[in-house]
Amino acid sequence: MSWRRFFCLVSLTFLVSCSSGSAPSVPPRRAAGPPAYGDALVVGSIGEPSTLIPVLASDSPSHEVAGWVYNGLVKYDKDLKLVGDLARSWDVSPDGLTITFHLRKGVKWHDGADFTSRDVLYTYRVTIDPRTPTAYAEDFKQVKKAEAPDPYTFRVFYDKPFAPALASWGMNILPAHLLEGKDITRSELARSPVGTGPYRFKEWVAGQKIVLESFHDYFEGRPYIDRYIYRIIPDSATMYLELKAGGIDMMGLSPVQFARQTDTPEFRARFAKYRYPSFTYTYLGYNLKNPLFADRRVRQAITSAISKDEIVHGVLLGLGQAAHGPYKPGTWAYNPNVKDFGYDPARARTLLAEAGWRGTGPDGILEKDGRRFSFTILTNQGNDQRIKTAQIIQRRLRTVGIEVKIRVLEWASFLTNFIDKRNFEAVILAWTIPQDPDIFDIWDSSKTGPKELNFISYSNPEVDRLLEEGRRTFDQEKRRRCYWRIQEILAWDQPYTFLYVPDALPAVSSRFRGIEPAPAGIMYDFIHWYVPKEEQLH
Amino acid sequence: MLNYLAKRILAMIPLMLGITLITFVVIRLAPGEPVEAMTALSPKITAETRQRLREFYGLDKPLHVQYVTWLKKVATFDFGRSFAPDHRPVTDKIRERIPVTLSLNIIALILEFGLAIPIGVFAATHRDTLYDKGITVFVFLGFAVPTFWLALLLMYFFGVKLGWLPISGLHSLGSEGYSRLSWFGDLLKHLILPVSVATFGSLAGLSRYMRSTMLEVIRQDYITTARAKGLAERTVIYRHALRNALLPVITLLGFSLPGLIGGSVIFETIFAIPGMGQLFYQGVMARDYPLVMGILVIGAFLTLVGNLLADVCYAVADPRIRQGRG
Repeated sequence: MSWRRFFCLVSLTFLVSCSSGSAPSVPPRRAAGPPAYGDALVVGSIGEPSTLIPVLASDSPSHEVAGWVYNGLVKYDKDLKLVGDLARSWDVSPDGLTITFHLRKGVKWHDGADFTSRDVLYTYRVTIDPRTPTAYAEDFKQVKKAEAPDPYTFRVFYDKPFAPALASWGMNILPAHLLEGKDITRSELARSPVGTGPYRFKEWVAGQKIVLESFHDYFEGRPYIDRYIYRIIPDSATMYLELKAGGIDMMGLSPVQFARQTDTPEFRARFAKYRYPSFTYTYLGYNLKNPLFADRRVRQAITSAISKDEIVHGVLLGLGQAAHGPYKPGTWAYNPNVKDFGYDPARARTLLAEAGWRGTGPDGILEKDGRRFSFTILTNQGNDQRIKTAQIIQRRLRTVGIEVKIRVLEWASFLTNFIDKRNFEAVILAWTIPQDPDIFDIWDSSKTGPKELNFISYSNPEVDRLLEEGRRTFDQEKRRRCYWRIQEILAWDQPYTFLYVPDALPAVSSRFRGIEPAPAGIMYDFIHWYVPKEEQLH
Repeated sequence: MLNYLAKRILAMIPLMLGITLITFVVIRLAPGEPVEAMTALSPKITAETRQRLREFYGLDKPLHVQYVTWLKKVATFDFGRSFAPDHRPVTDKIRERIPVTLSLNIIALILEFGLAIPIGVFAATHRDTLYDKGITVFVFLGFAVPTFWLALLLMYFFGVKLGWLPISGLHSLGSEGYSRLSWFGDLLKHLILPVSVATFGSLAGLSRYMRSTMLEVIRQDYITTARAKGLAERTVIYRHALRNALLPVITLLGFSLPGLIGGSVIFETIFAIPGMGQLFYQGVMARDYPLVMGILVIGAFLTLVGNLLADVCYAVADPRIRQGRG
């Protein structure tokens, strides 16, 4: 689905100035031959896609592969601006209630059929069909009516202006002529998709690899690289050995691999390493229903007692940056003026004393009305970075007189027994930063119900108003004002301590040329990558 | 004998029912639901969508209704469709992975028995010598060394440093264009590391077992008799002692049967081998009930068949049991 696909592309994003001072690695520029067709890119992936019908998938490997096979009506370009994909252009009516898409003519499905508005209408209908087990119906339920007046026009009507709507039409369009009237959950397209994208499906060897080959009639031109091979290697240490042995051409490195293990002349000659902030942030979230965290000063104190730079250096080896709010630094919704308190243990102690935490027990732990200041941080199993982060926080809070315990839980039981039942004091988790800055679901006070995402029970009337305002206008300047103000409020309220935005650290074999890092990462322009004739391997 | 067989086979039916009932309940006791994996912490999910998904998978019905529905289908050998987003029939998912796991395990099993039995016999006949101690150290080393660590070291040495062997997977890229023979050679090359690591790790149990049964047999009166009547030591050991010492090994072979379709998760993950272990692990993590149940039922069935086969073979090999004297 759109935002998922964008996430995949965009998670490989490049920012020219990195906060930690070290210059982004630049690939070695050897004398390159002219662009040539041929060769294959072998990508390593920990997970295997579950289905290549994107509307049914909710895992990122599925969307990563399907993203090359299908197109949406719109997409984000290299500068993260929304541009047409299958839609040549679009108009939003002045009241913001109607969007009309003008579709590209002459686009072919991989089986030769023509792409028309019927395909778009089908995709919309199957997504909102109650019989379709999809996680993506929500955005499209806001649509009051959809129509296809002619084969190259598609129009949707909304009850209220809905700013994230435009981006939602980046969802992958499915072939109506192969699916209409059939049960989508039993379609063989799940294992052998037919799309309009730059690559067509060739084969899927279960548990081993998926092979795509270039679609010569692609509407933006034939991609240079002939094949895209997605190899499934579930262990990241094995994947790294495969990279070094030449078994794969590209993988995302861990901070240790990036900073320590690949810093050799030999590696740098064979691979280009890239580095840019990823579209996620990690945070320490407080259960605001817990009396311990009800007082804003306590939350501010904890933030002041934590050194974010220390976490970035200790956990990410400096390959990331401190986070101060829920947006990615450098994007238009990000407010660069907002900084929270910074590391200041003295200030933390003062704030705690103001909040009534004055006495200390024999072990140096703060007390108030006979209660010790002690709480447990929960995080999920299998994420070493979060566990290390928790340990650093534990140590820092101990110095201001707060005792922290750490508990690591298996994902499903973490969610069911702790998050859903509000049975937690604090958690370390991460959110994906969406392309569209609408963060209504995470912060609005109406979203605190069971299974909803505001599980910390944050409630601030001004934030609620701004969130509503921000999603009801298409005017980017107005929206920016809303989201900038929200960041100021969050920085003051500290419902989360925003911890860090890690960097994405891909390494690509240096025989690939034409890679142009941009705010959208490196993969956005994959169809223009090439390998000079004399260096082609496969 | 036939009577005995019929009784044993009949007894398997309630046993299977009990096993399915318990596993069905236990897997559902684990917190979380299949829908969870798809929807948890996703901003685009409402309570209504979640409810719709639960209905789609039949999770809104009471547990006993779900069990009976499942059982009815299984009675016709229909294990249902996976809850994973691909919705493929469980049998398809198992079928595409069984050949890999099965052949890998059979090769490893043959190597394991082929190596461990001579090692055990040798250790027993050279009891308390330097050889015996050296062997003990060697097999326990294999037992104690973590598989993933050894695997990574070997991959680094043979794959990256020397470049002799492929690191992971089963086939080289482009191997579909090879001739039959080189395709097979390519596959064998990919199997060398995983099979050696698996075999090395499992030598200890069986060889120690072999050593102790052998020692026990050697102490028996009939061995003393054989020696007393002047037979050559070779004949005593290999004709008289070994044949008796091998009897319990039959039981072990029977126990290995269900293990043949079960893979090791860590092992398969390290070598990127798409086997049953990974499939099962992913199924459990995603709470993919039909898949987990399918694999467990097949595993339980094979265990029961394995026990039965072992008992039958035992009876065939040992006249004392065949004639009903314990």
